[in-house]
Amino acid sequence: MKTTLYRNLQHKIIAITLAVSFAPLLALGATIYYQFDRVCREKIEEQIRYRSRAQAEAVDVFLKERTAILSAIADTQTFSEISKESSLARVLTVMNTRAGAFVDLGVIDQAGQHLAYVGPYDLKNVNYYLQPWFGEVMSKGIYISDVYMGYRQIPHFIIAVRRQEGENSWILRATIDSDVFQHIVRSAQLGRSGDAFIINRDGSYQTRSRFNGTALSQSGINPNAFGRGTTVIDRRKSDGNPILCAGSWLKGTRWLLIITQDATEELSGLLAARNAEVAIIVGGFLIIILTTVFTARMTVRRLQESETRMSELNAQLIQSDKLAALGKMAAGVAHEINNPLAVILQKTGWMEDLLTEEDFEDSENLEEYRQSIRKIEEHVERARKVVHGMLGYARKMEPRMEDVDVNDTLRQTVTMLDNYSRINNIEITTTLSEQLPIIASDQSQLQQVFLNLITNAIDAIGREGRIDVISRMEDGMICVDVADNGPGISEERQRKVFDPFFTTKDTGKGTGLGLWVSYDIIQKMGGTIRLKSGVGKGTTFTVSVPIVIPEKK
Amino acid sequence: MDYFRVLVVDDEEDFLETLVNRLNKRSIDTTGAQSGEDALKLMEEKLFDVVILDIKMPGGMDGIETLREIKRIRPLTEVLLLTGHGSVETSIEGMKLGAFDYLLKPVKLEDLLVKLAQAFEKKDSQDQKIRSAKIKELLRFPGRVFDQDKEGDK
Repeated sequence: MKTTLYRNLQHKIIAITLAVSFAPLLALGATIYYQFDRVCREKIEEQIRYRSRAQAEAVDVFLKERTAILSAIADTQTFSEISKESSLARVLTVMNTRAGAFVDLGVIDQAGQHLAYVGPYDLKNVNYYLQPWFGEVMSKGIYISDVYMGYRQIPHFIIAVRRQEGENSWILRATIDSDVFQHIVRSAQLGRSGDAFIINRDGSYQTRSRFNGTALSQSGINPNAFGRGTTVIDRRKSDGNPILCAGSWLKGTRWLLIITQDATEELSGLLAARNAEVAIIVGGFLIIILTTVFTARMTVRRLQESETRMSELNAQLIQSDKLAALGKMAAGVAHEINNPLAVILQKTGWMEDLLTEEDFEDSENLEEYRQSIRKIEEHVERARKVVHGMLGYARKMEPRMEDVDVNDTLRQTVTMLDNYSRINNIEITTTLSEQLPIIASDQSQLQQVFLNLITNAIDAIGREGRIDVISRMEDGMICVDVADNGPGISEERQRKVFDPFFTTKDTGKGTGLGLWVSYDIIQKMGGTIRLKSGVGKGTTFTVSVPIVIPEKK
Repeated sequence: MDYFRVLVVDDEEDFLETLVNRLNKRSIDTTGAQSGEDALKLMEEKLFDVVILDIKMPGGMDGIETLREIKRIRPLTEVLLLTGHGSVETSIEGMKLGAFDYLLKPVKLEDLLVKLAQAFEKKDSQDQKIRSAKIKELLRFPGRVFDQDKEGDK
């Protein structure tokens, strides 16, 4: 019952302490965790957005440059001049010297006929009239194509400009080196997992993706997901790793430059920090749990100890109160019984006296009368002894203060009981401390107490056993232990041993007053008698008396 | 044992009567009194060598008061205290007031007789001392014999 109460209390303390200390720690941990995560992601996103925009600008510049060169050539040359292949070849050389990345150059008349061409492919006299780009360039003046296979069956794209010369118009068309273009785009890719490529409005790759496909294959990215300017999209790869995807629309084309980045790679720093944080918090939890459990246990144990001490103290108080009340009652009872006893004794005495007179000498029953009177006297005597015992040796006299050597008193007492113990085959050993001072006390009363205790021990053992008599100093008091290896006293009986008339001995053998009187004597001396016992464990009575230094005579 | 006179004071009538009878039977001139007041009245009339006094008497004068009074009017009379219970403290007080000794009730007659004898002996020796002192005094100042007589009448 008590133990469950204490266990509950302990659990409560632990639960409350843990709750109170965990809640803020958890909140703090979670906040740091998510804030850190958010800031990191934002930063990575910002980076990739910036890179995407910068790269898109670079590609824009590249295309604008090429377009500008081509336009400048077209504007400064006449059709008759440029349609000569020798001059066209010279122009291509100049263009490549100044800007580079031009693979070939061709002149197409308004009928779509490829009139002049310099480059690695044999494309002269091909008619482009039906090609979709032809119409576009004729109507808009400048045209940059998507990547396509065309006649040469290699993915490429072209830049074409139209020149109006009087009534006629002609087109200067150049193919851009896809390797150079790709290189420019790819310069934006980063790390082990970064990718940079361009897709058109249909989602087809315009440059080769690092991991996913060659030019003109379908990327699977929906370009409509990207708005104006630069958009960052979080995609998930098949293995579940998040991929950040930043797309910027290029000006003047329908191309979307996309930079992708595996977020895990970028986030590894964050993850490490996050793991460290989690580890710190988990460590904190463990320490808190351990400390809390330890502290709670200690607190509860202290509490339990003090309560035990309190209840012991209470028991002692109750004991002494009870004994005091019993003592008063016993004195009252003794008085009430003693007077009638005194009368009975006198009356029988008187009868005895009268029996000696001559008249009775001849009576037949004289002897019977005598015997009855003697019996009455005997039993009055017995009653008298009980009552006197009750009134106690302790009350016989004021304690006489004399110099007492406790060890000496013990030795004398043991010697007195030597015979009695030897008959019962009980060995009494004495272990006496030499440190005991001589105290001012009443030797005969102390002896009475020791005699009671040792006699009780002998009677408790019955036959065969041992009794240890130990004197020692403890907490400034003289302590005497009388320990026997007898059958012990049950807890229920332990509470009664000091009660008057409590005895386990046969009727007539013990009055049950010995321990009561002993208790009284020791208490009057300012000391205590305690017992420690358990069934089957023997019994130890401990007498503690304060040290009263005798006055110097 | 010389002839001597005893006064027993006890409120318990049965006890008093029987003890008086038994002592008388042993040729001790014994008188009984049931209260302190009665005892003091008797003592005014008659000289007693020893008084047996119960300490605890309900109502009227208790033992100690009676003792004090006895010692005042007859300082030479020895008093034996009887106590029915453990009022040892009272007995000790009584002895300080000049009681000869105390006995615990119920007391055996034999014990009582021994104590009585001791008390009487003490009283007797005291008397003798006084007597011899008086004789010495008379031998030195024979004229004082008249003064003594006067005092004895009181």
